[in-house]
Amino acid sequence: MKGIFNKTGLTAGMVFLAFQLSAQSESTSGSNILLYVLIGIAIILFFGMLINVADNLIGIEAKQNNIDVEASGLTLVPNFRHLFGSRTAAYTAGTPVTVLTKGHDILLEGEAQDKVVPATGVTRYAVQPPNFLGLQPIPKLTVAVGDSVKAGDQLFFDKQMPDVAFVSPVSGEVIEINRGAKRAITEIVILADKTQEYRQVKAPDLAKADQATLLRFMQESGAWSLLHQRPFNIVPDPTRVPRDIFVSTFDTAPLAPKASVVIAGREAAFQKGIDVLAKLTSGQVHLGLDGRGDEAPPAAFTQATNASKRYFKGKHPAGNVGVQIHHTAPVGGSDIVWTLGVQEVITLGNLFLEGRFDASRIVALTGAELKDAHYVHTFAGANIGELIGNNLSNDHVRLISGDVLSGIQKTTNSYLNWSDDQITVIEEGDFYELFGWLLPIDLRPTISNTFPNFLFGDIKFRANTNTHGEKRAFVVTNDYEQVMPMDIYPQHLMKAIIINDIERMEGLGIMELVEEDVALCEFVCVSKQPLQQILREGLNNLREQV
Amino acid sequence: MKKALLKFFERIEPDKDKSPFLHTGYDAFFTFAFTPNHVTAGGVHIRDGMDLKRTMVHVVLALQLLYIFGTYNIGNQHFAALGLYPGAFEGLHLKLVYGLIKILPIFVVTHLVGLGVEFFYAARKGHAVEEGFLVSGALIPLIMPPDIPLWILSISIIFAVIIGKEAFGGTGMNILNIALLARVFVFFAYPTYISGDEVWVAGIEKVGAGMYAGQAYGMVYGAFDSLFNAFGWATFGAGQTAVVDTFTGATPLGLAAKGGWAAVTEHYSASQMWWGNIPGSIGETSKPLVLVGALFLIFTKVADWRIMVASVVGFVACGLMINGIAPDVFGPETKGIFKFMAVPWYYHFYMGSFFFAMAFMATDPVTAASTPMGKWIYGFLIGFIGLVIRILNPAYPEGWMLAILFMNVFAPLIDYYVLEANVKRRSKRQLALAKRRAAQAVEVETVTID
Repeated sequence: MKGIFNKTGLTAGMVFLAFQLSAQSESTSGSNILLYVLIGIAIILFFGMLINVADNLIGIEAKQNNIDVEASGLTLVPNFRHLFGSRTAAYTAGTPVTVLTKGHDILLEGEAQDKVVPATGVTRYAVQPPNFLGLQPIPKLTVAVGDSVKAGDQLFFDKQMPDVAFVSPVSGEVIEINRGAKRAITEIVILADKTQEYRQVKAPDLAKADQATLLRFMQESGAWSLLHQRPFNIVPDPTRVPRDIFVSTFDTAPLAPKASVVIAGREAAFQKGIDVLAKLTSGQVHLGLDGRGDEAPPAAFTQATNASKRYFKGKHPAGNVGVQIHHTAPVGGSDIVWTLGVQEVITLGNLFLEGRFDASRIVALTGAELKDAHYVHTFAGANIGELIGNNLSNDHVRLISGDVLSGIQKTTNSYLNWSDDQITVIEEGDFYELFGWLLPIDLRPTISNTFPNFLFGDIKFRANTNTHGEKRAFVVTNDYEQVMPMDIYPQHLMKAIIINDIERMEGLGIMELVEEDVALCEFVCVSKQPLQQILREGLNNLREQV
Repeated sequence: MKKALLKFFERIEPDKDKSPFLHTGYDAFFTFAFTPNHVTAGGVHIRDGMDLKRTMVHVVLALQLLYIFGTYNIGNQHFAALGLYPGAFEGLHLKLVYGLIKILPIFVVTHLVGLGVEFFYAARKGHAVEEGFLVSGALIPLIMPPDIPLWILSISIIFAVIIGKEAFGGTGMNILNIALLARVFVFFAYPTYISGDEVWVAGIEKVGAGMYAGQAYGMVYGAFDSLFNAFGWATFGAGQTAVVDTFTGATPLGLAAKGGWAAVTEHYSASQMWWGNIPGSIGETSKPLVLVGALFLIFTKVADWRIMVASVVGFVACGLMINGIAPDVFGPETKGIFKFMAVPWYYHFYMGSFFFAMAFMATDPVTAASTPMGKWIYGFLIGFIGLVIRILNPAYPEGWMLAILFMNVFAPLIDYYVLEANVKRRSKRQLALAKRRAAQAVEVETVTID
């Protein structure tokens, strides 16, 4: 692909040069200017062709010998990016770096301070079956209200994959089983014990166990629920081995928790988790490392063994695992890959280190409407009201499990989603604004230069949930392209999904996307279109077809 | 203040079921005054401050300088033809008032008719009034001759909005640029008013074969005259002054088509054409002001710079090509077309309305190609084809309107191939990946066997 770009660039350059020549010969008279120009073009084309052919031959030779042409600097035509590309930090030396030029960091007020407080006030935890995409709406429960469970005890399973256990994050008593529309089970609530008890399991020995044993252990111990399968972002198919496993070690979403806080003190578990994952794939475990800062990311990531590493430098969504997959080894065809977050890897590692399902989580409480934004140490599925306590600065707020782009709206009586490690609290924006579209009274995050934001640099915004406009048809064309660091045309993909053209949406790369990957496009959308919802509908349609 | 306004709006809200048309109008004005209190639901929780109203209004803002200059220039050209007030600022009040009297009816009629059709369709279809006409309505007066009869204007706008936009489903769905569709309608339906080789100086009429004179000034001017008299300023007078001898009935492009650059410079100097002190459509004559608008659009990212740059490249490429095949020496028998072809490519920037078309017409995001690569191709071809029409086609003195409409039709095709390339690239990449994996797997196996 890059080679082609070089060649087109070269050809364009030659044509341009030819025109330059003819422009200069403008002033000189004589009826054979055209002839001279044509001869000039022919000469340049000839030499250009020679170079191109030589370049191609080198490329073919390199391919036969399995050499990366670009990395080894074998191209005759220098790569544009090598000449003018941005510098990468010194610590990335020796590791491949992907520089992403597209994207946008939404800077918000209410970043969590670097202190981790144990969440003492939380008594209720819930496992929410709708968090696990791909399950049937009514899973088969193995507990009833009043039962007491240990952390790691099975709560339910899906009838399509009866061997995969979904387990309790804490020990305690099942106090509620809540149902939603069409009697789908939405929450299994557990009142936690004061002291946690764990179901002890005997993890197989990594050095000796074969893949099948490991997979079986993962499924019955509850670790399966930590995994996501791409495409579709669903609970993995227990019968298939993933092509690769991807772990993004940093999160670039607005107010996202810092990797250094999350990993602190749990480095060994992380490495163990990586070791386990390496046994589970036919390919490799890929770690996406944070190449943005001046300082290297935590050593637990950079020194991790048994994994292939790659730095990503760029604005959000550089930390999204989907973007990293796209630039490492894209998903397509019948491939499946698994993705996990750092905390899930740690839980997995602890399962093998200590023989128990430890669902403890560092959760960042963030957002401008919190009195004190910091990290708390709790368990997956904690009650949000209890987690926040009396930390709210007013009550006209929106509570979000996750970040402001792809999180889910919650109430004080609902629970943190299974894979989330962040709660964001922002102001509800249900007010009218006089000429708000023309003369906004306050600054707001935007990628548009029609706002004076570009004058202020790193200003942090106090965003609210107002849509700042009404929904319209797709009109403008250059906004998604500014924030989508993948070779995908979001607007055309969305249109293909809306008209349910299966072949087209597959061709345009729907398999490489999940909601969080188009969330930033949805944020910048001038027409206020619900891209994440459209994408999920497309993915669901596609899954029904497969 | 804000609360009182809100209350007022609440009180006057018409019933939606009883009078849908009134409610649509009310809704349009209400959302104009107030950003609605909608909050995000599902998906993202915060939204960019940019919306379609703001996008559209920035195009309108970019046109403001052209409106001011256009108003002045209508009067300026009128008096220049009559040989009065030759200085730029002489008789400024007369020139401005004259221009205003010409442009205001055009502006008002454009918006009444265009928005009327929009409101009607919005009420019929039961959706909010969309912002598309904000830009079309601002562009249409600028590309019309100052003397256009208002009934022709109305018919062209009704045609453009109904056939060009509403028939396809409203804002964002149209194939052709609405403003250009209105103009092309006048162009083909009423060619005598807009053909383009005769200049459009407002208020000049033919009084005999080859004889022109200023029209009589009507009542409105009389009213202003009494005002100016009170200040002791110059007045319009009775009118019907004969035009000056040097007055020509031809545009620079009309002249160039007959006699090349030499014929143009007999009547218009290069700097005059560059600064826009020439007759033409209302808003397109001043190149520097158009470029200011273009830079504003590029900086705010409201319009895509790729299309603008690509069309300049296409323009230059075509100009060079035509220069290349033009004869160098003219004999007495040489036809006008060869002289026109020999006009150096950079002089073509001075004549006609390339910059206006490039900045404001070609960049319409709905009708342009929508992929970055497609935009390069689309823009290049506009610049190229437009100049071909301008120079090589004897029937149409200027080519941008036709070139852009032509490329509007082809934009989906260009996008189709760009997307096809993306699909192919994806499948190829997957094949290569699979191959590499297979090679690695073989390697691993050989290692274990050893």
